[in-house]
Amino acid sequence: MMDFLRLFGREDVSSKDIAKERLRLILVHDRANVSPQFLEMIKSQIINIISDYVDIEEEGLEVKLTRMKKGEEITVPALVANIPIKRIKHVARV
Amino acid sequence: MGQVIVITSGKGGVGKTTTTANIGTGLALLKHRKVVMIDADIGLRNLDVVMGLENRIVYDLVDVVQGVCRLKQALIRDKRFENLYLLPAAQTKDKNAVSPEQMKNLCEQLREDFDYVLVDCPAGIEQGFKNAIAGADKAIIVTTPEVSAVRDADRVIGLLEAEGLNEPQLIINRIRPDMVKRGDMMDIDDIIDILAIDLLGVIPEDERIVISTNRGEPAVADENSKAGQAYRNIARRLEGENIPIMSLDVEPTLMERIKMLFGLRSRR
Repeated sequence: MMDFLRLFGREDVSSKDIAKERLRLILVHDRANVSPQFLEMIKSQIINIISDYVDIEEEGLEVKLTRMKKGEEITVPALVANIPIKRIKHVARV
Repeated sequence: MGQVIVITSGKGGVGKTTTTANIGTGLALLKHRKVVMIDADIGLRNLDVVMGLENRIVYDLVDVVQGVCRLKQALIRDKRFENLYLLPAAQTKDKNAVSPEQMKNLCEQLREDFDYVLVDCPAGIEQGFKNAIAGADKAIIVTTPEVSAVRDADRVIGLLEAEGLNEPQLIINRIRPDMVKRGDMMDIDDIIDILAIDLLGVIPEDERIVISTNRGEPAVADENSKAGQAYRNIARRLEGENIPIMSLDVEPTLMERIKMLFGLRSRR
């Protein structure tokens, strides 16, 4: 029965929706005019600041520009940093 | 004083030249406007071929700019359509033979005598693009429903705004209603939503465009061409007429008829 329905229905995501999503992400980058060097710069500065407080896995650190939902209809560009933590340093806190 | 409109796209092969030829012819044919089309694609001229005027070229854009001939000598009058003229690009010269300042002066001169000066912009965003937009007070952007073309259109919109050419209008070319219906091609709304600019018109994919280009006769003059109809509508919209976007419904296929019969999918 399922196969029969599959024959008549459309189950997978339409290629147009894939195109739209890809395009949106491409344009976030294009419009922000963010170069890979710029992202690398942010990355190294984040490492500098954070490593005073936590041990992080530097190879796993990822900084990327993406889109994020803000409310029902609105989507905004977002800078997302994924920082894998090895250990919290217990330095003296002021 | 006429207006100077540049037809641009960023990406090549989306239909800038065909669009320029058809809008120009449409304005002359339907609205009896005095129109001149400038081919700004120096080194790769094509507007003359699309218009079927390739055998009538004596002087070109670069000759005019360099003072080799007078402007009037280089203008080719289209004998089929009253009030329609072409200023061809040079084929053998470099695009750096012209500066933005010279293009601006040329457009200023032409707008004294013509209602519309249409500039067919070359692909890309380098010198040729800068020349083509220099004298324009309005821009039409041509795109197709593909990721690459829409991406380039977005880039060009940004560059135009940086040059003070605000509020460009969009033409979506080569829409295939059957593919849109299947969900395999971005729809008008999808593209407008992403680019956030005004829509000037939508041109369906049409075999008759190929045929008319083969013959060197713009499709806008072909009563049986759907794309021609879309271009006639655009010419009227440019003249301020309020004409709704052509409906692009397709007849349901046999399979869809069967589905409808079983109530599996409702007709859109």
